[in-house]
Amino acid sequence: MKTLTLKIDGKEIEAKEDMTILEAAEKLGIQIPTLCHHKKLEPYGACRICSVEIETRGKSRIVAACCYPVKNNLNVTTRSTQIDKIRKTILELAAVTAGEDAMGEMRKLASEYNADLSHLRSKTPIEPTRCILCGLCVRRCIEATWDSVIGFIGRGTKRQIALYPEKASICTICDYCHDVCPTGKITSTGPDPPFPQIDDVLAGRE
Amino acid sequence: MESIKPVRNPEELEKLHQKIESERGNEKPIVSICISTGCVALGATSVLEAFKNGIKKTKLEKEVEIKETGCLGFCEQGPRVTIYPDEICYFKVKPDDVQEIISQTIKENKIVEHLLYTDPITRKKVRRLDEIPFYKDQLRPLLENNARIDPKNILDYIHLDGYKALAKAITQMTPQQIIEEIKKSKLRGRGGGGFPTGIKWETTRNAAEQTKYVIVNCDEGDPGAFMDRSLMDGNPHSVLEGLIIGAFAIGAKEGYVYVREEYPLATENITTAIDQAKQYGFLGEDILGSGFNFNVKVHKGAGAFVSGESSALMTAIEGKTGEPRPKYIRTAVKGLWNKPTCLNNVKTWANIPLIIMKGAEWFKNIGTEGSSGTAIFSLVGKIKNTGLVEVPMGITLRDLIYKIGGGIKDDNKFKAVQTGGPSGGFIPEEYLDLQVDFDELDKVGSMMGSGGLVVMDEDTCMVDSARYFVDFLLEESCGKCIPCREGLRVLSKILGNICEGKGEHVDIGIVEDIAFTMENASLCALGTTATNPVLTSLKYFREEWDQHIKDKRCIAKVCKSLTNFYIDPKECQACLICLRECPTKAIEGEKDQVHWINQEKCEKCGICYEVCKFDAVKKLSGEPIPSKPANGMKPIRKGVKQ
Repeated sequence: MKTLTLKIDGKEIEAKEDMTILEAAEKLGIQIPTLCHHKKLEPYGACRICSVEIETRGKSRIVAACCYPVKNNLNVTTRSTQIDKIRKTILELAAVTAGEDAMGEMRKLASEYNADLSHLRSKTPIEPTRCILCGLCVRRCIEATWDSVIGFIGRGTKRQIALYPEKASICTICDYCHDVCPTGKITSTGPDPPFPQIDDVLAGRE
Repeated sequence: MESIKPVRNPEELEKLHQKIESERGNEKPIVSICISTGCVALGATSVLEAFKNGIKKTKLEKEVEIKETGCLGFCEQGPRVTIYPDEICYFKVKPDDVQEIISQTIKENKIVEHLLYTDPITRKKVRRLDEIPFYKDQLRPLLENNARIDPKNILDYIHLDGYKALAKAITQMTPQQIIEEIKKSKLRGRGGGGFPTGIKWETTRNAAEQTKYVIVNCDEGDPGAFMDRSLMDGNPHSVLEGLIIGAFAIGAKEGYVYVREEYPLATENITTAIDQAKQYGFLGEDILGSGFNFNVKVHKGAGAFVSGESSALMTAIEGKTGEPRPKYIRTAVKGLWNKPTCLNNVKTWANIPLIIMKGAEWFKNIGTEGSSGTAIFSLVGKIKNTGLVEVPMGITLRDLIYKIGGGIKDDNKFKAVQTGGPSGGFIPEEYLDLQVDFDELDKVGSMMGSGGLVVMDEDTCMVDSARYFVDFLLEESCGKCIPCREGLRVLSKILGNICEGKGEHVDIGIVEDIAFTMENASLCALGTTATNPVLTSLKYFREEWDQHIKDKRCIAKVCKSLTNFYIDPKECQACLICLRECPTKAIEGEKDQVHWINQEKCEKCGICYEVCKFDAVKKLSGEPIPSKPANGMKPIRKGVKQ
């Protein structure tokens, strides 16, 4: 496999050609925030919090670090006024459904980027679901069971995560979905009987 | 029925062409009737039936051919009937007119004057299409054959030199030469992105994987757009021929035509076209004896706007929910089932046979330096001539709207034009002389898109229009990424508030912040372009936003919450009409006593405004409602305004 050279925040690094910016940055010890990413899962590119600036051939644009493959001579900037502004807005947008009291990674990032989680929520007062639809639980579930017990239903703002009743019997209460949830929505899946509880959790009745 | 022998080489194609030519001759009258969606909605089916019966009754079946054809674009003048060989065009034809057309035009070669189009300026009757102002400034290489072709009959297409480009490409050119020719033509993707087609083909061809795919994108979802539809309905073989040439150049053995669920005729016609092309040896094994194999499947969409986005479309063909995926590795390298895939819009594919036959130079000479060829627009909104137009790239918006479109409806004042569909920007009057092409539209904050063109007049509220398109996109967003899903949700709420008079000054800053995040960080083009209507509305019509927020005033008097209806006592003739029609009984008054609207009861439905014959009902916005006239005030008498 070819090795490429690129610059992240001014530091030069060699990376393998199948790496993403996120992975290359990690090698350098540079932290790029993520909400929908998990090392063991395929990149998904939905939360966009990992947005970074790249410059190639004199043109700069913003891309999602979790999906963007490294390229030779790429110049990446992971923090800038622009990037911070985007991350702040994304967190405030995510809080519309996650709620201003979102826990986990959301809470941590909100204080780092000075995001006021009630700012945009106050404009769109809807019942918070404590979910940002990052899909981590869904994707983790597919890999754990090789058949998804939970999945997305609905489109746009009607999108939500649901337990597929016909597949409920496959659930092994592996707790993986709980482990990956970045907002603390999935508090626990067990112990038993497990299925109604997952459903309750996802439906916000827990 | 005579069994069909596949065409095995270009010589046989030429022979077939000559056979059709000699069988048909040039003298035989042809009645060409548009049976595309627009004309059918206006009653073309019964006109067609009337012709079939009329021709039968007069025993002219052998001498006259009836052809059911595709759309010619001037839809509001439908049903359209053209009589060949003289190309006499009749508009707004009713079944009752058919007898006269048969006895006069077909039998006697005389013109039925009252069915001809009347030039609205010169008041002269016009016989031929190219004399009508709507068509005069158009250039229609893609659409012109629609009137001459029965889309269900491949022989019609072959008669007009169809599949000759395929024969030429496949037997006289190498794949590399074809790609070079397309690159030289500078054809850019007609789906809206404007990516150079030749380069896309080359990338797909050079991608390492052996299995490659080609796809026709006919998921035309923009409201009011029917460009792709008219080509697929009216001339499906032109799209198919382009696709086969592309597959040969790229090295694909399989292709897909993705048609949206809402286009049943397009699905039917392309399916028939594929079957016929197979029978004639233009598809399948050993095409035209060249050893090249290629097959096409039709995939029906399930009704999601976002599936028109290339990666979402491919995900949908794979059998999953049509959601976009990151495209940092181009679909030309990693597309359908992770194989190199070349997806082009219907119009892009339809351009290919023309470029192969007429040459890249011919194509490059049409249009502008950066955008060659023609563009198809659906001209709609507050415009006199609505319909489908094909024009050379680089035509000015002014020519499009005033020369071809005939100007603004009711001679109102122009306010803005939106190009590029629901995520296109609003372009104000100062840019009317802008040359329409990919780059120029981009510069003013709009885009080419797939070719929607909505004209707005002074009665349009630009804040409300931005709200309308945000709401459309909110409904159509797949919901996968946060900036698009939540950004549109909050924008919709804020814009709704502003239109309802609940806007605050800080809202504009919030709108700008969200728009910035959406256009830079959204996953796919639906999100990155969704803010165009909002940002152009803010940029060019800022004073309307301020009026809504500060003065609670909508100058177009569109926003209901900011508008009141009021009866001017000096104009009211006390005719009782509005009083009777008002559904909430909000209008007070009697015979011979001027009427008055009780604002507390008024639901602002606008019926009184519509029914008043004296223009006495006024709309007020941001101004106080004058106080009630004295009880028993008599009307000041006037004549009825027509």
